[in-house]
This record gives sequence, C-alpha cells and structure tokens, in this order.
Amino acid sequence: MKLRGEPEPLLIRGGRVIDPAQGIDAEMDVLLGDGVVRQLGHDLEADGARVFEARGLWVVPGLIDMHVHLREPGEEWKEDIASGTRAAAAGGFTTVVAMANTRPPVDDASMVNSILARAAEKAVVHVLPVGAVTRGLEGKELAEMGDMAEAGAVAFSDDGHPIADAEVMRCALEYGHTFAKPIIDHCQEPSLTRDAVMHLGYWSTVLGLRGMPAVAEEIMVARDIMLARLTGGKVHIAHASTRGTVDLLRVARTEGLPVTAEATPTHLCLTDRLVHDTAYDTSTKVNPPLRAAEDVEALRRALAEGVIEAIATDHAPHHRDDKEVEYNYAAFGISGLETALPLLLTELVHTGIIPAATLVERLTAGPARILGLEAGSLRVGGCADVTVIDPGLEKSVDPDRFYSKGKNTPLAGRKLRGWPVLTVVAGQVVMREGGVLA
Amino acid sequence: MKLKSRDILALEEMPREDVELILDTAGSMKEIIYRPIKKVPTLRGKTVVTLFYEASTRTRTSFELAAKYMSADTVSIATATSSVQKGETLKDTARTLRVMGSDCVIMRHPVSGSCHFLARVLDVPVINGGDGMHEHPTQGLLDMFTMRERKGRLEGLRVAIIGDVYHSRVARSNIWGLKKMGASVVVCGPATLLPPEIEKMGAEATSRVEEAVKDADVVMVLRLQLERQQRGLFPSAREYSRLWGITRERLDLAKPDALLMHPGPMNRGIEISSEVADSPQSTIEDQVTNGVAVRMAILYLLLGGGEEK
Repeated sequence: MKLRGEPEPLLIRGGRVIDPAQGIDAEMDVLLGDGVVRQLGHDLEADGARVFEARGLWVVPGLIDMHVHLREPGEEWKEDIASGTRAAAAGGFTTVVAMANTRPPVDDASMVNSILARAAEKAVVHVLPVGAVTRGLEGKELAEMGDMAEAGAVAFSDDGHPIADAEVMRCALEYGHTFAKPIIDHCQEPSLTRDAVMHLGYWSTVLGLRGMPAVAEEIMVARDIMLARLTGGKVHIAHASTRGTVDLLRVARTEGLPVTAEATPTHLCLTDRLVHDTAYDTSTKVNPPLRAAEDVEALRRALAEGVIEAIATDHAPHHRDDKEVEYNYAAFGISGLETALPLLLTELVHTGIIPAATLVERLTAGPARILGLEAGSLRVGGCADVTVIDPGLEKSVDPDRFYSKGKNTPLAGRKLRGWPVLTVVAGQVVMREGGVLA
Repeated sequence: MKLKSRDILALEEMPREDVELILDTAGSMKEIIYRPIKKVPTLRGKTVVTLFYEASTRTRTSFELAAKYMSADTVSIATATSSVQKGETLKDTARTLRVMGSDCVIMRHPVSGSCHFLARVLDVPVINGGDGMHEHPTQGLLDMFTMRERKGRLEGLRVAIIGDVYHSRVARSNIWGLKKMGASVVVCGPATLLPPEIEKMGAEATSRVEEAVKDADVVMVLRLQLERQQRGLFPSAREYSRLWGITRERLDLAKPDALLMHPGPMNRGIEISSEVADSPQSTIEDQVTNGVAVRMAILYLLLGGGEEK
C-alpha cells in the first residue's frame, strides 16, 4: 500500500464507536498511533495528536469489501489498482479483496506477487488478492493453489465463471482444504442462464428479455453445500441473490457445514422492476441479476439473522462504451464501491430493517472471519483501519465525481443519507469529507 | 387533438386516449388508400427513416407506403448494407440520422428495449417497428383497429391468442392494448412457449387450445417461429400442428361470427390450416391494409399533422 511517510497520531474524539467484534456500541474516543489502535476510552489525551471531532458521527472498524474487480492487469481503461482503491477509500473501505478474473487471470504465484507489488506501489487501501481455482479460469484443471496461498492469496475463485464441473469443484474443495482458504463460487448453472440478461419473472415477461431463473443459482448452491458436506472444504457463496439460496444456507447452517455467503448492496436494495422503470437502462444489468421483491426480502432477513455473514459490493466497473449499447449487448456489472455504504444506510438502517451494529458487523468482522483476517475490529494493538460515517449526511449520487473509472450505476441522481466522511488506513488518513487525499 | 406520447414505443405505456385517437384517425386515413390517386400533401417536406436491423417486408413496406401516401420522403436503411456491418454502434447510427435532419425514425431491432435506447439519443419521434420479444405496438394497434372495424367495439370482446407467446412481441402489444380497451385476453400454447407470470399482465393462460378458443370473439394465431426449435422448446412442428394448430374443428368452438387473425407471415398447415386462413372469417388481408392506415394515422399525429389549427 502506498503510504506517505509515517502516520501521525490521530485522536478521533467523541464519536459513537460501533465495533461489533468487541461488543462495543458507545460514545468514546479512539486514539491511533504508529499505524495501530493505541487506546479506546473516554476523555483520552490528545498528547500532540491531531484531533478529529466525531461528535454525532459513527466510528467503525475500516470496512472490508471481500469482492471487487480492479481490472488490473488487462483492462485498465475500466479500472486499475490506483483508481479502484481510491474509489474504495472514498466509499469508506480500508481493505478490498481483488477477484482473479483479470486478463491474464491471477492463476499462479507470480500473478499474486504481481498484484501485491502493484498494490504496494499504487494502492491507497489494503489489497488482498484472490487466486483462481482453475488455470485460465477454464474450469478444468486446478491452479497452483498452494503456491498462491503462500504468496498471499486469501481465497480462491473463478468468479465471473461458474465452476460447472462438479468434480472440479469437489477437487478444489478437497485440495484447497489444506490451505484453509475458502473457495468463493459464482453459483450459476450455465445451461439455465444461456443468453439471459435479467431475472426470470414477471418483469422479464413484460420486457421481453431472456431471464435467468432463480433455480440456476440454487442448483449450484445446493451442489456446493453437498460438496462441502462431502469434503469438509470451505465454500463461500458469492453474491447470493435468491430466496431459495437463503433457504439452502439455513440448512447448511443447521448442520454446521463450512458454508458462508455474501450479498451485495445491489441485491439487498434493488429489484428487477428497476429494469422496467428505467426503460432498459443498461446500468441495471448485473450478474446475478436484480431479483424479485420476495428475494430481496429474504436476503434482508438472512442478513439480519447472520445467515448471510458478509456484505460485498462485487464492484464491477465498466467503460461507458460497454454500457451505451442495446440491453443484450451491454456488459454485466455495477460500479459499487462508492455507493455501497450510503445505499445500505438509506435502505436498511434508516428504515429500521437492520440495526447499525449489524450492518457494521457484516461489513467488518463478518468478512474478516470468513477470510481469516486479523482485521475488522478496533482492538487495541490492531491495524489502525478506521471508517467514520456521518449517518445524517445527505447527498445525491453523482457518477461523474466517482474516483472509480466505472461510472456505471443505476443510482445516479438518487439522494442517499449516510456517507463516510473519514477513511483511515493503517493510521493514515486517506479520505476526508469525500475527498481522497493520497 | 394531439397525441400525449412523443414516441410510439410500447402499448403498455400508451394512454388510452392515444389509442382511441390513433384508431379514430386511422378510419379516415383508410379512405385515402382506396382512392385512385393515393397522395395527400399532409407530410410534404418531412423525412421518415426506416432503420431495420431485422429482415421485414410487411412492416417496412407498410410504413414506407404510409409515409409516401402523405407525401413524406422516405429513406430505408437495412443494416446488412449499412455501416453497421463495419461495426458502427446504434448510438452512432442514431446520431448520424439526427444530424442529417430526419424527422422520424422507425426501427426494428432484435434486442428488446432498443427503441427506448434510440429514443433517449434522438430528439425526433421514434416508432417501434418491433423490438426483440418486447412489443410491436403498431401491429397491436392495427389488430385492434381491425377488430373494432369488424365487431364495432373492443369492450367486452374475448380474444384468444394462440402460439409462441414467449417470443411474441405481437402478443405482448395485443395484451396491453386490448386490456386497456376493455377486452379480455386468453393466451395459449405449450408451456415452454408461455412466459412466466403472464397472468399478471392481465391475460388468462392455458395450454389447452380448445379451452382457449371456446366462445372466443377473436382467434389470433401467432407465427410459429421454427428457428426457435433448436432450443428444444417443442419437439416437432408435426406435433405442434396436431396439438395447437388452428383447424376448422377448433375454430368452430369459437363464437359463430368469430374473427380469425394472423400477423403473418403464416406457416400454412402448421399453426393454421389453409381452410381457415382463406375462410370468410379470416381478416388476414384486412390486417395488412389496415396496417397502412394505422401507420398513416401515427405518422400524421406524430409529425405535426395533428396540431390544432
């Protein structure tokens, strides 16, 4: 990570500290120094430290996004490590987990090292690479997972490419078990989603667009749960999006299987009706697709109950040329890092659907637990990654002001309440009042 | 009277008053088609562009004749011979048309929603000549015009739509339009050719053709898109014909004065028998003539002819 010299001591004073990992939800001060959390408490002495007045604001552990696409190497016109991590900082994230489906993909240790080296040079937040499950993301032969784990890969995934061959998935789980890293699966039975561009349901019927049935996801989730039962390997379901998936996750949980899941702000807050209401705006095209209202409802409940343990953005930036085309021809994906937190606060927390502490848990301790990271908490002695949120701040989404190169969002112009105002990475302030400093 | 709509993209969103105005106007336009000299000066100086990304004879010719009968200039762009073949995007094609000064663009496109996209880029009226599996609003309007002409009303009619509803933009436009005008609609076909939750659009749905046709005022047969067979949605044209084809026996289950409609082109002997296609109940040729009248009405109303004096 790119740091500008040694971080100065920083006292974040008088905010509502929400740290679910430690069971803290109270007004107090947070003192950072030497890149770590020095002290939590009341009336802490500044002692030469810079002071950030946080009265009325929420002070939370640095947010972790366990699913982003930084597009480097290979598609730097869409995003690169510098722009993607600045977008992360602007969105209040201090750690991003970069998916392996770059061009070329991250499918051996040299690629993992290359991502880490590029991040050390250009990133403003922590970047943790994911290694591919299979060589070339082809779903056929296992990639060198052991080497990649040693080099620093935190998980394995062919995200963007469902692992259709059950035997390959089984081997990945058995082999990957050795390294105690989860296999993150993009669950989709490809034969049921061929040429499909949105959720199969009423709105696909009205719009005349080919639909992806919810069961295309659920079949693979069910398969993965059974394979987790068979192998003992850790499965993490990427971007869970349907009610049926939630039901299956509950079964896995009851049995105590090593199966976890994430949901995206997009799937927690928007429905397939939006494709209709925006008259086929291609910024609504995402994979998995925006689902029906009952799916969104089920996801929200699962998030509240902890059946879904993490929120991840699946930040998928695209160039405008990939989106300013007919719906069928447009690329899948939403640029999500900079709108995730305000969207979640507006739709889930301010509406009383999910308590603030639960939301913070799913954005911090949840992903840290799934990935086995020493992060996601303001524990004294831990890395000084902190996000400060103004829960009452209201702003409209303006994609032209995104740090991300991807301006593709269906939220343009939408007024959201609750934005990050300070992002601190390893003690270094990288974003203040929405402006990225590094 | 003026249309509320700037573009003609879908009957779903078209106000009922616009539907009525178009159907009423089409009545007087039809008279022009039967004149020995089919030319009125209404749209002199206007340029209408047809931009067709899919093969079509009937719709494109119908629009071009409608424009020519009202003295508009027409330009026809078929993508097989245009810069689209060189990779030009729809957005760039649209911009080119705009700066060339066209007054109206009629587009057919294989992707649903493309006309909405075009309408966002252009500041002249866009008419949807059929977009993917979404809608074919002018076909829906000409079908309603034909029914109203023959039956004297739309309110209370029972219309059975038989065939590949899943892929049919004609079916969708007819469901929206007919429901708006107070008719009831039942759609019928093999379950693989009925889209999910279509009942929520306001239509009944069944796979039993006899049930659908029974007591219908109108039996509308859709073209079986044989090219879709490769997706395995139905086993064979032979079996389809036996189970869902409209024959004399099946048509006799409808009301004695029921109309038989088909948007064409027909697969004779598959979805429709020649015996019924050529019977007095058939309105298939009227639909073609009425198509020109309805499109004349739309062009007239969209391009300023409808302004109050």
